[in-house]
Amino acid sequence: MKDVKVLGPGCKRCVTTAEMVQAEADRLGVAIAIEKVTDYAAIAGYGIVSTPGIVVDGKVVHAGGLPKAEDIALWLA
Amino acid sequence: MTTLETKAGREPRTAVWLAGTAAFLGAWGLIYAQLQPFSKWAVGLLPLDPGSHAAEAVEFFVYDTPKVLMLLTLVVFGMGVLRSWFSPERTRALLAGRREGVGNVAAAGLGILTPFCSCSAVPLFIGFVSAGVPLGVTFSFLIAAPMINEVALGLLFVLLGWKVALAYLGFGLGIAIVAGWVIGRFHLEGWLQDWVRNVRSSAVEIPSAAVTLVDRLRAGIEAVVDIVGRVWIWVIAGIAAGAFIHGYVPADLLASIMGRDAWWSVPAAVVLGIPMYSNAAGIIPVVEALLGKGAALGTVLAFMMSVIALSAPELIILHKVLTPRLIAVFVAVVASGILAVGFLFNALFT
Repeated sequence: MKDVKVLGPGCKRCVTTAEMVQAEADRLGVAIAIEKVTDYAAIAGYGIVSTPGIVVDGKVVHAGGLPKAEDIALWLA
Repeated sequence: MTTLETKAGREPRTAVWLAGTAAFLGAWGLIYAQLQPFSKWAVGLLPLDPGSHAAEAVEFFVYDTPKVLMLLTLVVFGMGVLRSWFSPERTRALLAGRREGVGNVAAAGLGILTPFCSCSAVPLFIGFVSAGVPLGVTFSFLIAAPMINEVALGLLFVLLGWKVALAYLGFGLGIAIVAGWVIGRFHLEGWLQDWVRNVRSSAVEIPSAAVTLVDRLRAGIEAVVDIVGRVWIWVIAGIAAGAFIHGYVPADLLASIMGRDAWWSVPAAVVLGIPMYSNAAGIIPVVEALLGKGAALGTVLAFMMSVIALSAPELIILHKVLTPRLIAVFVAVVASGILAVGFLFNALFT
């Protein structure tokens, strides 16, 4: 079970990012638990300044803009 | 996937992408060159009296719509590619611990180049302040980012010439640097919302694969899809307003309201601009039409800067991190800067 956090205040891109991650996990058959982090203080606590951000198992893997599907596959592998 | 496979797979793709980009630029140039004759021909087909108000307005609209949209696409693509070199995280690392002065100048410059969407403004602000970027330096960044809009800069360059574009760039940077420095001098850290001061953040290195040329070109295309996809409707609305002004508004009326002799027109333009929320891309065609009718350049630029740098929605977003007092200082300092630019432009460009 991978623990995935999508960081972002709730704009459209953040929602799309969470959907992309879920879709990629479904495609690969990886079990994940997605959590959306919308609290600004919590987002800043991860050290990123551009959203959406993605944290996989406690590690920041992405910040700013939509991720690429092939990258998501690498993070979930 | 092994590294070797990736590399082998990437080489031919780069060539394809470069060829595609070259083909796109070539086609762009060819179509652009045909716009004026085409619009003349198209308007000629319509049952309009040549020289009438309606003909003037329609001609302006038919020529300017494709022209502005094409220029916009090119500018946004170029900016998207350029910005792939500047991530917000990298910008923060560059600015953290900078002294005021040099820091304000660097922050204003990076404000133009660093890409971030408006929903990132708050995380960006918190991230900067909590990582030790001085408040005044953070403000220089946050003022420059919307104030010097790359779309506005590109369109001004093409529609009104390099002198105007350069002056806009220079004065915009000047406002961001001076306003940020002034805010820093006031030492207003205590006027941030309480929780912001307590956030501690660590700088992270985001493990990123090497950014290839293809990635950068792709970033340009993404910027076009995102930005042009969002603002095209504003552009057309702006051109329609511009066409109406061009065709129907009498020149002497406009010159008396927005001309150089009406000193009060600059502050009026700034006040009028704050509640409006438009896009630079929609304002420029209006600017072009207003100037053609004798409006003073400083007045219309002050209006444009006020619309894009002091818009009410931006201020509402900032309210999450700044106390109302600090927002008031921010508005006052930036508005004074815009006023100064308006009067200076009117004095310099006749």
